[in-house]
Amino acid sequence: MKNPEQLIRRGVHRKGIAEGIVKTFLGGMTWAVIAVALMIFGRMIWDGAPVFFKKEAPFVNMDFLTKKTETLHVFDDAEGIRHQLPASEFHQWKSSHGTDAVFNEQTFSYCGGGIAGPIVGTVLLTLLSVMMALFFGVSAAIYLSEYAKQGRFIGWVRLAILNLAGVPSIVFGLFGFAVFVLAAPILTDTPADRSLLAIPLGFTHLSFEGWGSSLIAGAATLACMILPVIITASEESLKAVPQGFREASLALGATRWQTIRKSVLPFAMPGILTSSVLSLARAAGETAPIMFTAAVAAKDDLPWEGVGSPLGVLTGQVQALPYHIYTLALKIPTSEYTERAQFGSVFVFLLMIFLFSAASVVLRNRVRAKMKW
Amino acid sequence: MVSDSVQPAIPAIEIENLRFSYGTKEVIHGVSLSIPANQITAFIGPSGCGKSTLLRCLNRINDRIPGAAITGGSIRIGGIDISRPDLDLQVLRRRVGMVFQKWNPFPKSIYDNIAYGLRIHGETNRKALDEKVEHSLRVVALWDDVKDRLKTSAFGLSGGQQQRLCIARTIAAKPDIILLDEPCSALDPLSTLKVEELLLELRNDYTIVIVTHNLAQASRCSDQTALFYLGELIEYGNTSQMFQAPREKRTEDYITGAFG
Repeated sequence: MKNPEQLIRRGVHRKGIAEGIVKTFLGGMTWAVIAVALMIFGRMIWDGAPVFFKKEAPFVNMDFLTKKTETLHVFDDAEGIRHQLPASEFHQWKSSHGTDAVFNEQTFSYCGGGIAGPIVGTVLLTLLSVMMALFFGVSAAIYLSEYAKQGRFIGWVRLAILNLAGVPSIVFGLFGFAVFVLAAPILTDTPADRSLLAIPLGFTHLSFEGWGSSLIAGAATLACMILPVIITASEESLKAVPQGFREASLALGATRWQTIRKSVLPFAMPGILTSSVLSLARAAGETAPIMFTAAVAAKDDLPWEGVGSPLGVLTGQVQALPYHIYTLALKIPTSEYTERAQFGSVFVFLLMIFLFSAASVVLRNRVRAKMKW
Repeated sequence: MVSDSVQPAIPAIEIENLRFSYGTKEVIHGVSLSIPANQITAFIGPSGCGKSTLLRCLNRINDRIPGAAITGGSIRIGGIDISRPDLDLQVLRRRVGMVFQKWNPFPKSIYDNIAYGLRIHGETNRKALDEKVEHSLRVVALWDDVKDRLKTSAFGLSGGQQQRLCIARTIAAKPDIILLDEPCSALDPLSTLKVEELLLELRNDYTIVIVTHNLAQASRCSDQTALFYLGELIEYGNTSQMFQAPREKRTEDYITGAFG
């Protein structure tokens, strides 16, 4: 070797400095993101956790989770002691102590009681929408990947589906309002005046007068929103199943549908479930699509209360957590009495999405363990 | 006695002037041959000569490939043209079984792999299933190895065992003809030997067509050999005659390794 001393560094090492700068910059950006995330979560946990947890058993504030939303009344009694009571208890207190005993009364809408209504509404909306989207989405994915003749037209269809994923959620909300709330078909004996088209069926009418603002309309709108993700991901998972399984099955004399049902779909299941995890969290979190189609700020009954049949659950409006949080943030001036409801709701919402995702991940891993190759 | 009086073997498969294309590219240019029943026929030739394509025409598994189509000639199996529009594809594939180059058991238990074809064809009786699974596994000499772990995944078996499992799965569907597409190309010599022994046993009950790269394998275990080159049939005849005294110059060149 000639000039082995070239191996020894002399003077300023520019490359080394540049390397250090790049590393510091990239690391700094990462930590900045982490800091933002910690601030968001930190604030919500700092203010939300005390509402949710309590010191004595069962360590969870069950009232907040199981009671309905009420107006919060804040007032002083004759001795100058400040009380905070939800509307129902306030009226009891007033009837036992007399109207004259209430001083400096203030009311805060939606801030008393618990958030049972929004929790139940969000669970129903989310599950229903994911079920609808899986049914339509997986069917479409099977058609696209297994049956459709691959050509330019199918390419355009795929592109359209991908683009649908980028449509803003408020547009889906308006679409849902126009289609499901105002124009979807129902069976009724007496079509409404605003019905777009009423087809007499003899015993009843098929009337295109919409489902009204209801659980089913909201779930259908959310389903449209998550459909592209489910179709795309399901198609990818179907394509990832080795061709050998299909050929082996066909070569044994199975029909296409038998092949799909027995030796393609089961092995695509983990991927399909992964996509539904993502969609589940997204459907639970969206406010805009349900604003015009399903959600109400206040509702005295839970969805199944005061309805004649199971169908009544679907046609009733619901409260929903994201919309509840929106209402609490927008409609009420923040004060020390409203923070309990505001941060509590946000904390419960986060926890719920976390639980949804965790449950789906566990389910997916169990299916995957059974279906690996 | 003239040899004409000997009853000629009834051909199981008759291929007549077959042309086959992928899109606009023709890969088989007019091949004719008849494959006798209850014998082993080997298709040999260099890569890309159309031998696998021809094999995959015989159970119409090529239908899956977009743009692939028979553009001329015909294939008759048991006298029936398999291109006719009213052909029952599921019955054809049940009677003309196929074993693939890369063993492809389903990610299910050994039992379920064998029972797959039976269940698809409507067999639900537990006892009948058990019997047929055992019979098929005995035929391929796997029964003693796996009888205690029928419910475990087929993926726990070695490559050679998995390939024999695939053969058992094909046999369970009760085919008349078994097509094998380079079944030993990824197996070690010992497993290859076992599969070859198995084929020689199966010859009594089934018509076997095997595609192979391995000339020694063709000479060891086939009765008839067909040599293909660039989509054409070069020579077809009795295996021992072909390897010892080929009629064609190109056959001799291929067998001695001068090309291919």
